[in-house]
Amino acid sequence: MLSRVAQNIYWMARYVERAEDTARLINVNTNLLLDLPRTTTFGWLPLIFIVGAEDRFFEKEPHRLADETNVVKFLISDREHPGSIISSLATARENLRTTRDVVPQEAWEQINALYIYARDHLPNRRGRFEFLRRVIQGAQQIGGLLSGTMSHNAAYDFVRLGHYLERADMTTRILDVRSANLLARAGQTQTQTQTQTQAQSQPTAPANGEQDPFESIQWMSVLKSLSAYQMYRQQVRVRVNGPDVLKFLLQGDYFPRAVAFCLRQLEICLRKLPRHDAALAALAALRQKLNAAAVRELTREGLHEFIDEVQVGLGELHDQIAAAYFAH
Amino acid sequence: MTIEWQHYAATDSYYDELIASVTGPRPAARALCEYLASLSDEELRERKTAAELAILVMGITFTVYTEGGSIDRAWPFDIVPRIIPKPEWDRAEAGLKQRVLALNLFIDDLYHEQKIIQDGVFPAEVLAQSVNFRPQCVGVSPRYGVWAHICGSDLVRDKDGTIYVLEDNLRVPSGVSYMLENRVVTKRVFPELFGHQRIQPVDDYTLRLYDMLASLSPRPGDHPTVVVLTPGIYNSAYFEHSYLAQQMGVELVEGSDLEVGDDDCVYMRTIEGLERVDVIYRRIDDLFLDPEAFRPDSALGVKGLMRAWRAGNVALANAPGAGVADDKVVYAFVPEIIQYYLDQDPLIANVPSWLCMREKDRKYVLANLDQLVVKPANESGGYGMLVGPHATPAERKRFARLIQQDPRNYIAQPTLALSTSPTLCDDHMEPRHVDLRPFILSGGPPTYVTTGGLTRVALRKGSLVVNSSQGGGSKDTWIVATEGL
Repeated sequence: MLSRVAQNIYWMARYVERAEDTARLINVNTNLLLDLPRTTTFGWLPLIFIVGAEDRFFEKEPHRLADETNVVKFLISDREHPGSIISSLATARENLRTTRDVVPQEAWEQINALYIYARDHLPNRRGRFEFLRRVIQGAQQIGGLLSGTMSHNAAYDFVRLGHYLERADMTTRILDVRSANLLARAGQTQTQTQTQTQAQSQPTAPANGEQDPFESIQWMSVLKSLSAYQMYRQQVRVRVNGPDVLKFLLQGDYFPRAVAFCLRQLEICLRKLPRHDAALAALAALRQKLNAAAVRELTREGLHEFIDEVQVGLGELHDQIAAAYFAH
Repeated sequence: MTIEWQHYAATDSYYDELIASVTGPRPAARALCEYLASLSDEELRERKTAAELAILVMGITFTVYTEGGSIDRAWPFDIVPRIIPKPEWDRAEAGLKQRVLALNLFIDDLYHEQKIIQDGVFPAEVLAQSVNFRPQCVGVSPRYGVWAHICGSDLVRDKDGTIYVLEDNLRVPSGVSYMLENRVVTKRVFPELFGHQRIQPVDDYTLRLYDMLASLSPRPGDHPTVVVLTPGIYNSAYFEHSYLAQQMGVELVEGSDLEVGDDDCVYMRTIEGLERVDVIYRRIDDLFLDPEAFRPDSALGVKGLMRAWRAGNVALANAPGAGVADDKVVYAFVPEIIQYYLDQDPLIANVPSWLCMREKDRKYVLANLDQLVVKPANESGGYGMLVGPHATPAERKRFARLIQQDPRNYIAQPTLALSTSPTLCDDHMEPRHVDLRPFILSGGPPTYVTTGGLTRVALRKGSLVVNSSQGGGSKDTWIVATEGL
């Protein structure tokens, strides 16, 4: 198959997944804020750092207020932010437009319909949950349609590569919301390397090292935003707690949004494709790093740094895929 | 109000494809007309809706590029087919084959010895001023001597029913996908008519196209790699490019997917690495094909493609430079061209044309501008034309000046009364003007002409403009066997 077509399909899948996961990201933060005491002031700014868009957010107004309205608008409807839900869907659609002959007609219609829905229904505060639910559901339908109606050939492998790479990346980012907002509450101090994210999000209340009464509720909302709560309960039969949730979402082999699961799927796809040696090597290095990590310890410190490392590894994997299959 | 053909406004001013002004439906159209008259308004509306739905679901579109991004518009389609009796079509088909054969001999001659000029049949100054003559092609010998592998010739019918060739499109003619899709839609809408009618099938075009393209491969014996080269999604014919690639089962490539290696062969970039390409059905104009040979600013083409073609390592269809023969002035010489190369009389007529470069013709044209259509040599799509009877005196004055300044660039023709065909307007039939674009394939296999072609219809009352961008639509075209009718 043509390199250009492989590249378009890969990005189509990444952007559909990005739209879905950005919706989940907004959901998790909304729920966390609802669960936390009013005195907490970390707010919405961390999301901008977590999606790596601080330069763009502050580009025009260096002192732009990172409140709920501005941040949510930026993540959902800002056409100038390429990672916003509306931009992601528009990009997915454009990528598919040029390769309509490769994917089933229904998938094109579904992406088209989802884009048009999002364009015409940009939400206010009250309609936000329903809007995000529709985006998540629409993205899931596209995945289902492709799985059920497209030949599982090389083109489909590129759909899956795009989906799972983006999903692994976004699952780590969703966990990062948690690290940015909550680990500090659980006893983090200024002594660790501070990213701007963490500096901005320090709670005003002094850290006292005590068990946070809100902690398990907050881990529950992380699970729920990934549609993982029920599956987690089936597999881990103890009270929801940070170490188990991290292990489930980073190293889990069965849950399809867990990072380890995604990496395993990436390996299956890559093995079917030609010229995969460099990409498989990058993947093996990343899997080893993930498996070797004592993720249970990360609730106390170093989660953000670890996630950074995983994201760098995913970036390297993408570079190897691009070099092998998309290079011009 | 069901259809009553006696109320259909057929007149003697135009030839109607289905209905004769006195006797009613023509023999080949009788079954269709009776069937349509048997439908209630409700049923007719249902058929129309079914056709619109089929077009939507099948995604038959053409692209209009606007500021807000490109838009796919549904293909405007009229459900009432246009019918041509088979014996008449057989004569047109033979005429088209003859014409394209002569045109290919002419192009090949122009890029080699130019015997037709030496023999005084075709003037050297016409060639000297041709904007579509490509010096880069001189001396190249494409296989079978064929340059215009895919030709789309526009046919029209005058008041007395005579079929004329209005123009030949020898560069990148489009529309064939709509011809094929129109048949699919019509079969869905009127399945019962295909049972007892003797309607000739059109469906094998893409097979024929593939066979012809494969026959051009520079590596005979191997399984050739054929691709369709498109300028991309913003091109108005992108639907067709993608459709043809899909139907032939070949890759649809853009310029950036191809590269020419140090060995002067063409390769496409695939996930397995570089793969040699043998035949390129290119839907990009000559000047954008290769920035090395033509426009250096072209981002659509492939650097070195002309080198590879000249070296005989890749076939291009149509060959670069084939457009030299679809100039309007060259058109006027086609009867002489047929006579010169084939020693035959043309089987299908040219519209009578006056060449403004000839003094006698020019005088006549200038004296009769209010009666004539004046066309510039190298424009297409109806641009830069003067339709004398509809023009203002100021426009006619302007054209008189243009003709005197550059006589070589203009020809004139009588204003034709284009034929009409019944078209469903709301709940009744009205005559609308039509033309016909058949496609002719030349290469290794015997020359093939589509069964009928694409009938384009000017949907606005009285309009003669059939272009889809300007309110034109299309119809299915039936070639119907008439023995025993």
